Amino acid sequence: MKYLEEFQNPELARRLLDEIRATVTRPWALMEVCGGQTHTIIRHGIDQLLPDQVELIHGPGCPVCVTPLEVIDKALEIAARPDVIFCSFGDMLRVPGSDRDLFQVRGHGGDVRVVYSPLDALKIAQQNPHREVVFFGIGFETTAPPNAMTVHQARKLGIPNFSMLVSHVRVPPAIEAIMTSPSCRVQAFLAAGHVCSVMGMGEYPELADRFQVPIVVTGFEPLDILEGIRRTVRQLERGEHTVDNAYPRAVRSEGNPAAQAMLADVFEVTDRAWRGIGTIPASGWRLSERYRDFDAEYRFSVDGITTREPAACRSGEVLQGLIKPHECEAFGTTCTPRSPLGATMVSSEGACAAYYLYRRLGTTPTPQEASPVA
Amino acid sequence: MPTVDISGWTCPTPLRDQPRVVMGHGGGGALSAELVQQIFAPAFGGEILAQLGDSAAVSLGGVRLAFSTDSYVVRPLFFPGGCIGDLAVNGTVNDLAMSGARAAYLSCGFILEEGVEMPVVAGVADAMGAAARAAGVEVATGDTKVVEAGHGDGVYLNTAGIGLIPPGVDLRPQRVVPGDVVIVSGDIGLHGVAIMSVREGLEFGVEIESDCAALGGLVESMLAVTPDLHVLRDPTRGGLAAALCEIATASCTGIVVQERAIPVPSAVANACAILGLDPMYVANEGKLVAFVPREHADAVLDAMRAHPLGAGAAIIGETVETHPGMVVARTPLGGTRVVDLPLGEQLPRIC
Repeated sequence: MKYLEEFQNPELARRLLDEIRATVTRPWALMEVCGGQTHTIIRHGIDQLLPDQVELIHGPGCPVCVTPLEVIDKALEIAARPDVIFCSFGDMLRVPGSDRDLFQVRGHGGDVRVVYSPLDALKIAQQNPHREVVFFGIGFETTAPPNAMTVHQARKLGIPNFSMLVSHVRVPPAIEAIMTSPSCRVQAFLAAGHVCSVMGMGEYPELADRFQVPIVVTGFEPLDILEGIRRTVRQLERGEHTVDNAYPRAVRSEGNPAAQAMLADVFEVTDRAWRGIGTIPASGWRLSERYRDFDAEYRFSVDGITTREPAACRSGEVLQGLIKPHECEAFGTTCTPRSPLGATMVSSEGACAAYYLYRRLGTTPTPQEASPVA
Repeated sequence: MPTVDISGWTCPTPLRDQPRVVMGHGGGGALSAELVQQIFAPAFGGEILAQLGDSAAVSLGGVRLAFSTDSYVVRPLFFPGGCIGDLAVNGTVNDLAMSGARAAYLSCGFILEEGVEMPVVAGVADAMGAAARAAGVEVATGDTKVVEAGHGDGVYLNTAGIGLIPPGVDLRPQRVVPGDVVIVSGDIGLHGVAIMSVREGLEFGVEIESDCAALGGLVESMLAVTPDLHVLRDPTRGGLAAALCEIATASCTGIVVQERAIPVPSAVANACAILGLDPMYVANEGKLVAFVPREHADAVLDAMRAHPLGAGAAIIGETVETHPGMVVARTPLGGTRVVDLPLGEQLPRIC
């Protein structure tokens, strides 16, 4: 695929790395906000190739990881009901609740289905008028617009047996929370390009100014990440702190106004609990009053959830950048994707999962040890 | 806005076991391996089963036979490039071929769901017959059962097969040694993406056809160059990654693959990028991975490329003494990463 090859070109990558090496003079700590960026970095070994002074801190931008346990437990309870068809994106199925996951609900006879679009769930609702169809609407600004559109469509088409369990989160309040933490080490951000392709860049200049941090919008292919790092390091070395768009092929400064209008119509901003973090003010969306009929939490009255989260995992420190995943004693021993201690290990965008899948240190040869590219 | 102290961030979830069967137990990954190792192998015992190969090498009256069985529960029954019928024939023929054997006889078990249309059954049977004739194998015995409506997916198939292992051929992971060359017979990921595209109604711009094919002839042409191949594996469920991981573990050698050398058709790469999947983990039904002594590698590669089913064969890596039991990929950018056995099924990502 031409598109992929262009943005994974080794020669161009070498040039960008050379430029970064020539620019950097002292240590800098950059946070990539999105778990998708983390996986690109680890999967392609970008962190191995950067000069030692450039440290990448993995941010909390994994929608699966930050979905609160209480919401997962609510999803599990709804999904287990015999009259319900529960639809979800694939990577939520393996995330453990207090005592089970969606796979296990399915193993016990629950009708849990993987869909690729929320509109597929709506279609299932039309095809099964005598059953309740619930879609698990989680994620950042990226997945929120199609979910909002689906609820909008459900109302327009008058589909009474469709509802959505909503737990959407917003990136800018999370950046604010990170920067105001006393233990914060972050000096610059690689902002998530797909979030900005929806919301634009308007929310970032105030944050860059207030916290004196460069914010560079990047994509998800290896060259996108390297270009973002190059621009970030250049700003840091010059003492600048502006918002820079290194992903112009997908991001316009105003974002996608139609998607924003859909969000404004269907959702309203709310305080939201982030798993492992706690409640961040104004950091989430829920269905607005006008669409409350389609809110699965109300429809199914899922109350009295008691969550159980034994605090045996250091993913909080991983999320802060205080330790790398492999520095946790449980990493790869008591905590693996097979038996995760934290959602960061089980999610396909989690930092611990990235390290476990691609970087089990001590056994992985360094680039110098491996033979040259064939 | 109030500040949030992230020093207390934590993200714990409980440790659990799997008290019931989940789909991942049939996914060809770590969960499948645990099911076999923890339940089936102890229950059945036996040294032959403990080898855990795609087919068992057995000796009967002084004759070395390969013996294998597999079940097929694919949905939809008909897909671009094939159907459950030719899949069931080719799958078992290939399992035998991975022992170096030319399949001779197959058995065939049909589990039909009440209500399935007769032309569907006929279509599946016709495809099986055609695939068997093409592979030079005879369906010698069979069985039919019918389950109540709602208790099946139309048609489930089981095939078992036997074939003769030629003298001098001994294909086992334990024969792999550091310095072996790893060859894949062609483009990977076609079958899995073809199935996904029709099962989920996804369109990727071009129709992707399954690579479903019988590999007995290709293996014969490789063995004609040298009987001293070390191991062959068809990378079905779990894909190329699972096949490599299983061989690394069983042989206690390390494997280094060059990602750029792995043949991935652009349409497969495109589809996988959209779904957040890794082509190395996507199923194949007409490809093999060969571990070949270095001195024979070029000749074997030439023989493979001269065969229609090996025209896209490529050297993708080698075995090493470092990191025994582990597969490592060298990325196009020059970094390295571990290639791990998948847990269960691959799951499409949220975004």
